[in-house]
Amino acid sequence: MPGKMNVMVGEKSPGMIAGRIIVYTLSILAAVYFLIPFFVMVMTSVKTLEDIKSGNLISWPREFTLDAWIKAWDSACTGINCEGVKGYFFNSILMVVPSVAISTIIGAVNGYVFSKWRFKGSEVLFTFLLLGCFIPFQIILLPMSGMLGWLKISQTIFGLALVHIIYGLSFTSLFFRNYYVAIPDEIIKAAKIDGAGFFRIFWKCILPVSAPIFMVVIIWQTTQIWNDFLFGVAFSGSESQPVTVALNNIVNTTTGVKEYNVDMAAALIAGLPTLLVYIISGKYFLRGLTAGAVKG
Amino acid sequence: MASLTITDIRKKFGSQEVLKGISLSINASEFVVLVGPSGCGKSTLLNLIAGLETINSGEIKIGDDVVNDVQPKDRNIAMVFQSYALYPNMNVEKNLSFGLETRKVPRDEIKKTVDHVANMLQISELLKRKPAELSGGQRQRVAMGRALARDPAIFLFDEPLSNLDAKLRVDMRTEIKMLHQRIKTTIVYVTHDQIEAMTLADRIAIMKDGVIQQFDTPQQVYDNPSNLFVAGFIGSPSMNFIPCTVIKQNEDTGVIFKTGEETSFFIPIKRTDLSLTEWIDKDVIIGVRPEQIASGFHLQEGNKQIHEIMCTVQVLEPTGPDTLVFVNINDTKVTCRVNPLDAKQPGENMKLMVDISKVLVFDPDTKMRIGNVA
Ligand SMILES: Nc1ncnc2c1ncn2[C@@H]1O[C@H](COP(=O)(O)OP(=O)(O)O)[C@@H](O)[C@H]1O
Ligand SMILES: [Mg+2]
Repeated sequence: MPGKMNVMVGEKSPGMIAGRIIVYTLSILAAVYFLIPFFVMVMTSVKTLEDIKSGNLISWPREFTLDAWIKAWDSACTGINCEGVKGYFFNSILMVVPSVAISTIIGAVNGYVFSKWRFKGSEVLFTFLLLGCFIPFQIILLPMSGMLGWLKISQTIFGLALVHIIYGLSFTSLFFRNYYVAIPDEIIKAAKIDGAGFFRIFWKCILPVSAPIFMVVIIWQTTQIWNDFLFGVAFSGSESQPVTVALNNIVNTTTGVKEYNVDMAAALIAGLPTLLVYIISGKYFLRGLTAGAVKG
Repeated sequence: MASLTITDIRKKFGSQEVLKGISLSINASEFVVLVGPSGCGKSTLLNLIAGLETINSGEIKIGDDVVNDVQPKDRNIAMVFQSYALYPNMNVEKNLSFGLETRKVPRDEIKKTVDHVANMLQISELLKRKPAELSGGQRQRVAMGRALARDPAIFLFDEPLSNLDAKLRVDMRTEIKMLHQRIKTTIVYVTHDQIEAMTLADRIAIMKDGVIQQFDTPQQVYDNPSNLFVAGFIGSPSMNFIPCTVIKQNEDTGVIFKTGEETSFFIPIKRTDLSLTEWIDKDVIIGVRPEQIASGFHLQEGNKQIHEIMCTVQVLEPTGPDTLVFVNINDTKVTCRVNPLDAKQPGENMKLMVDISKVLVFDPDTKMRIGNVA
């Protein structure tokens, strides 16, 4: 790899330089394109309402204030309730943490079985599981609500988490299976001869080398589940709504003046956790995604 | 150490029969090498012995116990893999002790065993390193150490040296042989390298397409291969196969070596152990090893088994001690091993001596060797 880099730096043909310029220009344009709305949101959220009405969208705030953030968190109205998003934010945490944890752990075991303990019919089973990745959310809404009702957990955070666990299993199993396929079978054989069984091999030989794929799956699941709106709207009650649904309610509450700064602050609050997760562990995400491709 | 008795085992993957009735009887303390081209089923056979795959039919006995349905961990075997298969997350010490810990061996005993094995293989300085921080040769040693630590009744080696460079491979080969002489554990060693097989084995089993072709001592498979495949597989450079028709000339039975448009030589094949009288006017394949066609032999004067022929040199390949000379006999490329000082240049004619005392004759239809050499 270093050799290749040197070649690139060392011999700069005009064509190469032109290529570089195009790549950089496009990347910067793309970044600006995506960052402008974010910038506008942040700006708007720290302005006063008068400021917003008089100025233009991208102007600098005349007076910096966190009032909108405080209101969004504590007292904004979501329908008839006026207690901000805080309760719903914690709902989301209560929903995301167990569903990510459980779907990831089961996915890891599934991946381990489908890659290293194949049995008669396991390929077929895996294919069916994969189909789950292609089923649109909308299709399962009705049967799922029927099932939640039957289990008597409709409109609860637990029920919502269960939906996310089941829906996520296809993806987590696929991720783990593809990662574990790259681990040589001979290591498993060696461990079997060394006397280790199914769980000891998983625990001692597989899990310790699984950090990258755990990062990928955790990030993927956290983002998916935290950002989900449809399941949240369909399966939660007024007390168990996740923050995405609450945000929608704040923005759509039509009484009084439209408080853009509060809307923006609420949206940022709702988006912050996934943003943080990605900023903190994004590099592991990329590393994990490519790890399977490189033969160790 | 234990004996290993394999009786008529078969293995199918889907509809493909990979092992077609393998029988081998291996003595305790014996070093048996299983050799054959890639894909002939060697690893599969080893995996069956280890219990990592299940056999479709047949019987595997370790010592006096039938182990068909015994788990790998309870077969008292240890295996060294081609890829070494070290646990990447554990350091060398952990790699060596993992099997013992799994078996709940007391801690101080594990320590003693690990130290002993590390000493024996000279890897004591590496105990705290991870596999990724080791060279290929060191990984190989650790893989052997892991097997040794278990002190099994049988060692199974699956091409353990094929990932090493040539020099290291030769060194490790000698070490494995010395190790075996020291610990005397039964070894089944798989390789596709016939030189490894010849140098290491007490007995060699040559395999092709899931069938054992011959199971005998290195000298026997070299001197008396049972068929064309074994004859061509063992020995480097390979044995020459010259198509001939057996004829009778003045009371002598023999074959014609035609080395040019106008040069033909009658080679009488007259040996107490080989009679071709039933093959007169029939086609055969003559198998001659390169060293049996040379520029001259010790005490060749008056030796009735040595015959002179003239050939045109096509190509020379000096190897150092000998030079390989390529000539044409009966329109077949033939390799001869000659003294470098005697080698003529390409295009020139050269006098060569053929020693027929160990020449082999094969049936071109059945590919089997003709004659009953003791
Ligand atoms: N698990 C398996 N499933 C299907 N086919 C296999 C499996 N293992 C080996 N084979 C096939 O069996 C044949 C013999 O393989 P192997 O024993 O690995 O050969 P060798 O070790 O002599 O190179 C090959 O054709 C291989 O493709
Ligand atoms: Mg193999």
